[in-house]
Amino acid sequence: MKEASPAKAYALHLGVIALLFALNFVLPEYHHGLLARIMVLAVFAMGYNMLFGYVGLLSLGHAMFFSAGLYGAGLAVIHLGWSVPAAFAAGLACGALLALVIGVLALRTSGVAFMIVTMMFAQVFYLMILYFASWTGGDQGLVVPQSARVLVFGSTSLSLTNPTMRYMSALVLFSIVLLVTLAVVRSRYGRVLVAIRENEERTKMLGYDTFSNKLAAVVVSGTICAASGAAYALLFGYVGSTFASVQYSILPLLWVLLGGAATTLGPLIGTLFMYYVVDITSGYTSAYLLIVGIALILLVLFFPKGILGTIRQRWLGWLP
Amino acid sequence: MTDKNGFFDLSKTGLTRRTALKGLAAGAGLAVAPGFVRYSQAQSSAPIKIGFQSHRTGIGAAYGRWYERTTAAAVKAINEAGGINGRPVEVIIEDDGTDPGRGAEVVGKFATQHKTDIVFGTLFSHVVIGSAPAAGEAKMPYFVVSEGHHVASTKLNRYVFQPGITDVKSQIQAMAPWIAANAGKKVTQIFPDFAFGYDHRDYLPPALKAQGAEVIAQIAIPPTESSFTKYFPQIPAETEVIYHVMVGPAVLTFVKELGEFYGSNRPQLFGFIDSLEATDINSPGLEFLDGSHFWEGSPRYAQPSDSAAQKAYRAAVGIDDNGAAVGDPKDVSTAAHMFGCWETLYVVKKAMEDAGYKGPEDRAKLVEATEALTEFAEGPEHPQGPKTFNGKIHQCFGIQNISKVEGGRLNVVHKTKIEDGLYEPEGDYTSQAL
Repeated sequence: MKEASPAKAYALHLGVIALLFALNFVLPEYHHGLLARIMVLAVFAMGYNMLFGYVGLLSLGHAMFFSAGLYGAGLAVIHLGWSVPAAFAAGLACGALLALVIGVLALRTSGVAFMIVTMMFAQVFYLMILYFASWTGGDQGLVVPQSARVLVFGSTSLSLTNPTMRYMSALVLFSIVLLVTLAVVRSRYGRVLVAIRENEERTKMLGYDTFSNKLAAVVVSGTICAASGAAYALLFGYVGSTFASVQYSILPLLWVLLGGAATTLGPLIGTLFMYYVVDITSGYTSAYLLIVGIALILLVLFFPKGILGTIRQRWLGWLP
Repeated sequence: MTDKNGFFDLSKTGLTRRTALKGLAAGAGLAVAPGFVRYSQAQSSAPIKIGFQSHRTGIGAAYGRWYERTTAAAVKAINEAGGINGRPVEVIIEDDGTDPGRGAEVVGKFATQHKTDIVFGTLFSHVVIGSAPAAGEAKMPYFVVSEGHHVASTKLNRYVFQPGITDVKSQIQAMAPWIAANAGKKVTQIFPDFAFGYDHRDYLPPALKAQGAEVIAQIAIPPTESSFTKYFPQIPAETEVIYHVMVGPAVLTFVKELGEFYGSNRPQLFGFIDSLEATDINSPGLEFLDGSHFWEGSPRYAQPSDSAAQKAYRAAVGIDDNGAAVGDPKDVSTAAHMFGCWETLYVVKKAMEDAGYKGPEDRAKLVEATEALTEFAEGPEHPQGPKTFNGKIHQCFGIQNISKVEGGRLNVVHKTKIEDGLYEPEGDYTSQAL
């Protein structure tokens, strides 16, 4: 990989953010709403990518971090009547704490065992949501009241149910996470993570504490996923156990693989691509998952490193 | 014979490529311009567009298939009789994958891309609850056929209605008098350890108590369980009735293992047909259910007492006397629930006509007109039976059927009264702003 010039990389990312900002004004209503949702879920994928792409740890349990944020924020509003910012912070805190605990336990393993352990923890989390149904709404879930999804600034109140407000909130979250991710992967710490991915033993021999670095990566990854979950609850008004099921652990993996693991913009591209393939094909056939499957096979054949990963490999070596 | 180059040869028409492209662009622009359809086509003849949120894939696919068939039959009947307010009805289907996240997106798609007049059809509770915020925010009337108590709980919003099928709280309550009088006074409940089971766990004991009977044990079975034998010793020996509501593919194993546990000397069995919707009652392993009783919303098997309206409804939807698709006896319907699609569409028709509904700008009027409805008489539009409607909680109340498994079919042995399922409203949607 060529050394990226910082200006070029930041210009590209700011350009993407500017493009998404501009799309707010030109997109038809439906695509405007869909893109807001895609940006929130792309944050989930970015959190996943932090661990999978840069550290090489394949987790099959990230739905628990997403739903920790989802329930942390949603239940704070529903049961405690907290404001949107406080609830969002509660969601982040839940995700960070959970990631710390899970990280300490799961990082004792690696490879296939890590996948299994994370999946099992996520299953425990999912079943706990069902078990505490009187609080969580169980498998049916709960609605976050429309009246509570309001940002108050002094005498001004902005409803998160307003499409523009929702889009802009999603964009702000997406932009912050994108730039933070870019800064992290370009930092010394980011290099250490990549070094761990490439050869953990050698990194240890060079004097790095790989466990601490990996644990920090799990916490950062879990917190980003929780941010996505918290935003989902507050912007779209629903918390439900489906989001903690194994399906939502697989989805970010697919989005990241599609877009390009260990690329900062790959998660957005992958989420966008997958969403639109499902959205368009499901209008024509109920066998749309077959088409999604074929699309995935074609991508693996022709873009083995994901869309952006292959572009970086073949043409734009400087892509972060 | 014309010149084979002549038809598309621009040079002979005096058109340049540039003007042709301009013309095409202008035409395309005009066609997609907002309001084009409305201005060019009299509103009185434009179709009423109904967005059908269907479970085409995912766990609800069997229901989704039959909900689509019932909806198609109802729309055909409505259109043949002149449509709604003289306008034809057009149904646009989107698959929600039986997923609440996708469900909300689909509601958004109906509201902002298809620009439907209403959204209709959803069954699974988590999809309804997940989609309800999107419907409320888009101010899109959302008519569900779910039987969940979530609408009547008034925890959703003013745009969500359930006027075509009763809710599970009402159904359970209506079963209690018959169970206490005919099956037994000491009841043990076996239910899945998630929301569908909790409705039964919470609503049955007080309903039975009011009838002088009691629940003596409640056995919750985790959703991940695939074998049930280890739970059966928890059933108290004095149990007179086992009330079971297991759902999903595990139900066949559940029944088989229950049969092995009890042999021929078993307590009375009472269940909800939800366990066996779209499943042949004569499937291997279900023999143990012979002689047991089930709740049914609408009877699966044709009954001697069927009204002319019920017969016409069954013929229109295409189910035979055994409740399977005409011509395919293995394709068993979801008869106990799908009638709700038929009846809901007729409620929508009535409310739209009462409101003088012309287009999406009248959605608030449609909500108010629906809330103003109070009764639906039994007949071709409501073949399952008469209903009352409570506009404050957006929920209908109706009769229920109790059927006995005899000779490989379900025979209705009792029909409840509407009053058996009534309960105190838990809130009032009409106090919410439109």
